[in-house]
Amino acid sequence: MRRRVAPYFLLGPGAAWLLLFFVVPLYYLGELSLNSGVFGSYEFSWHWANYSDALRLYDTQFVRSFLYAGLATLFALLLAYPLAYTIAFKAGRWRNVLLFAVVAPFFTTYLIRTLAWETILSDQSPVVSVLDALGLAPEGHVLATAGAVIAGLTYNFLPFMVLPIYASLERLDVRLIEAGKDLYASATQTFFRVTLPLSAPGVVAGTLLTFIPASGDYVNAQFLGSANNQMIGNVIQSLYLKQSDYPAAAALSFVLMALILILVLVYIRFAGSEALMGEEAAG
Amino acid sequence: MSGRGGNAWRWLREHAVSIVGVLVVLYMLIPIAVIFGFSFNDPAGRYNFTWVGFTFSHWSNAFGIPELNEALLTSLKLAVLATVISTAIGTLMALALVRYEFFGRRAANFLIVIPMATPEVVMGSALLSFFLLIGTFSLGFETLLIAHVMFCISFVVVVVRSRLIGFDRYLEEAAKDLGASGIQTFRLVTLPLIMPGIFGAAMLAFALSIDDFVISNFNSGTTVTFPLYIFGAAQRGIPVEVNVIAMILFFFTVTAMGFATWQQRRAEKMTSVRPEQESTIAVPAGAPAAT
Repeated sequence: MRRRVAPYFLLGPGAAWLLLFFVVPLYYLGELSLNSGVFGSYEFSWHWANYSDALRLYDTQFVRSFLYAGLATLFALLLAYPLAYTIAFKAGRWRNVLLFAVVAPFFTTYLIRTLAWETILSDQSPVVSVLDALGLAPEGHVLATAGAVIAGLTYNFLPFMVLPIYASLERLDVRLIEAGKDLYASATQTFFRVTLPLSAPGVVAGTLLTFIPASGDYVNAQFLGSANNQMIGNVIQSLYLKQSDYPAAAALSFVLMALILILVLVYIRFAGSEALMGEEAAG
Repeated sequence: MSGRGGNAWRWLREHAVSIVGVLVVLYMLIPIAVIFGFSFNDPAGRYNFTWVGFTFSHWSNAFGIPELNEALLTSLKLAVLATVISTAIGTLMALALVRYEFFGRRAANFLIVIPMATPEVVMGSALLSFFLLIGTFSLGFETLLIAHVMFCISFVVVVVRSRLIGFDRYLEEAAKDLGASGIQTFRLVTLPLIMPGIFGAAMLAFALSIDDFVISNFNSGTTVTFPLYIFGAAQRGIPVEVNVIAMILFFFTVTAMGFATWQQRRAEKMTSVRPEQESTIAVPAGAPAAT
């Protein structure tokens, strides 16, 4: 009998906290999104028009958010995989040093890191002169362009991509790679038919951990972009905190969450779910 | 192949992946170097964006801006409290999930995953809606603490759970065979062995809390944390002291990380006294001393 109730006691406080301060607030977000009226006298009235207005007025920002986040995720994957591979198979005794370097950016404040990119990409910076010389910086500047925002997103969420890929490569059975070589597969064939498929859970987890926060982000667009690079997070933040248009902001938040949930579910259907749910099978 | 014969070319080809890997690492460290470098800058105006000249004055004046100190203090207090609470209840949740089969386990797993799969801007605005509509909480330190504990819990559970999954249950059985009670076993065997996991989880919670901007931005009221101070200052020019404090925090966390790694090594030494799988049941005489 004691064993029956024990897990519920252990689970209780945390589950209660998450229910009360995560699930219940989502209900209130939904309620607020159906309010109508002007600031100071919002009333609940099943005002579904908030949703159609939200989508009609801010469809560009929605599309832009998913585009930027998608590109940032792709670039992060291209950068993260070689790095994770190096750490897992080539680093030897440097492994811990490299792992430390991957998480090091977390130890400096997110905002300051983004502001550092503002410095690096500012018009006077040597980096921009080099990019300009290579023809990669049209009109001699990078800051306040889509490229800068995407670069910032890529940078800020890169560790979230590296760590899960590293984790799945690290526990990969090296004998399988050797078997591939024994069977006369070339290095490229071995990589695409053995290593990559076996590291898929890490890639799936990494893309989700990068894409989800990136699509809701507004810090990078705020500091590195211009008015033409505003993402949906910027709109929600500004409607909520500057214009006090709570119902519209709540509706946008809800739509953002729903869209991300749909994208994630579709993605998981294709890519497998073990990675996200972190079931014990993975361990 | 075009580069035949060139030793350098062959070396490059063989190490191509590692070279890219190292370049990516350097890319990840660039901003930290910039933050460090610009903490010695002596900017001409209010904006610390272009290099003017070298000075130590901002390091000697690190704590010379009262509002910045206050924000930092608020952040530290908040992070410590959020870490203690979320680590405690998150560890209990992880124990429940790994050690027991029970009705609702899948639902509990889902409840833990879903906050990690929700963009911060949604969590922030949902919590603000909740606080605005129920009206019992006044926005400030209290609501910040609620929010920070909420988003830390899931990460704590994930970290501690991974440590528990790799846990050798035979060590607990050995303790029980040697006459330890359930509570003694937990206190003397289980807890010390999962301590590195708990410590790692606590460090992660601390880092998440002290760094959080988005959710705090929604639920802070007039309370200012370190990231909120930076955001506010960004419009009118950020004082160089911000870089200095960011670097102090950085070195502080690095030291804590070093300590955590050392702890981890110690725990691994403790577990390594168990016999290798091949040698089956025979327990060497030294094993119980591990507890």
